[in-house]
Amino acid sequence: MKALELDTFLLALDQADALDQIQDLIVGLRDAFQVDHVVYHWVSADGEQYGFGTYDPRWAERYQERDYIRIDPVIIGCFQQFHPVDWRRLDWSSKAAREFRKEAVEYGVGNQGFSIPIRGPNGQLALFTASHSTDDASWDAFTARHQRDWILIAHYLNQKALDLEKGRTPEPVRALSPRETDALTYLGMGYSRGQVADLLKISEHTLRAYIESARFKLGALNTTHAVARATSEGLIIIGGAARAAPGGWPGRDDGKIPKSAAS
Amino acid sequence: MLRYIYGKDLATYPVLQDSMHRDRAAQFAHRLKWDVTIDQNGWERDEYDAMNPLYVIWENADGTHGGSMRFLPTTEQTMVNDHFSNLLNGVDIRSPFIWECTRFVLGQGANSRVAAAMMLAGGELMRAFSLTHLLGVFDPRMVRIYSTIGASPEVLGSAGEGRDKISVGLWPFRPEDRLQVLKRAGLSSEISEHWFSRSFGHPIHALQKAA
Repeated sequence: MKALELDTFLLALDQADALDQIQDLIVGLRDAFQVDHVVYHWVSADGEQYGFGTYDPRWAERYQERDYIRIDPVIIGCFQQFHPVDWRRLDWSSKAAREFRKEAVEYGVGNQGFSIPIRGPNGQLALFTASHSTDDASWDAFTARHQRDWILIAHYLNQKALDLEKGRTPEPVRALSPRETDALTYLGMGYSRGQVADLLKISEHTLRAYIESARFKLGALNTTHAVARATSEGLIIIGGAARAAPGGWPGRDDGKIPKSAAS
Repeated sequence: MLRYIYGKDLATYPVLQDSMHRDRAAQFAHRLKWDVTIDQNGWERDEYDAMNPLYVIWENADGTHGGSMRFLPTTEQTMVNDHFSNLLNGVDIRSPFIWECTRFVLGQGANSRVAAAMMLAGGELMRAFSLTHLLGVFDPRMVRIYSTIGASPEVLGSAGEGRDKISVGLWPFRPEDRLQVLKRAGLSSEISEHWFSRSFGHPIHALQKAA
């Protein structure tokens, strides 16, 4: 999936204010990733479940009706874990699992799958899944190429689902720490990572960890997106002319962080 | 051999589990005299062990613990964010691409090859799951050992004095470290991948660009 498309997806996800809008977004992901199916599945600690996705509605209905959640190796295998899971590595050896799988393939789920499990609050399990009909080598190539994007989308999607859940107060936008704010501010002003690391007196590796953390809190895809987000939400203020201004700016010469930028 | 085991499955390896928690008691309570809790079994165990973390454990030939460490994703509750954010200039690190690594411990008589094998395992986790960093809490005296085996963390901050001293640091994912660490561990790439695959039933994908 191209970065631009992911960007559009995240923007639309951010603006979604009702759960049914997530369905359209997921259809868009399926088309962009060019896989047979994309599914988001929520299972709460008491077994209550809901989801969005592109599976045949008859399969979704049958899954509920037959209570397949109890035998589905994807649910059982991903439960309480936090690493991405390729379906081929799950335990399909029981008779019930083999029959379930056969039926899933008949309903067009596909012979391959890749799920990102997320352990949410209060024992919630969320799974974000791609499934497809293809050979092993092509599927390995797909998951290797998209794992990182898939992990990000899974987390942002689940955060949105949690925010929109009935009767739940959305969590406020996570505040950035002063260091994260400084890092994004300097990057937004056009400094290179090396320069920002020098200014903050940290290594580039540490800077990278701070940026990773800041962009996750902002629900951003990349650093540029994070800077734009932080600016539009008023978390950072970038004096556009500051860099070009003659004579530096407050804090420049003594190496301190400018107050205005760090606020 | 290296094993990667989630907390919920640890009890299926009773010898490994028992000797790991006892070695942790010996290291953190008795040697370092950290303020940790020892239960009636003589195990050092804390609230994060109850959060179903992922353990990496070196298993000795006799089935006992030779060394271990414990991982939790920083998108969930972590020890660093709960207790050590002051060492990170107040930064609350949260990212699906950064996992926390705590309770790094070597068993009785473990040599530097075991330490190297565990660093190797940390690298395998980063490589397989697109992680950019591990965020560690460790005894600062370990830094020399980490450096000897070719996987130095960047120390972000330390607190306490003497035996109570504790550090927080970052291991960035540096693919080039792997060769050095494999050499120090005296292991082949194939065997490491085999152990990983056996634990996760999951081959490590070709490295993805983490940008």
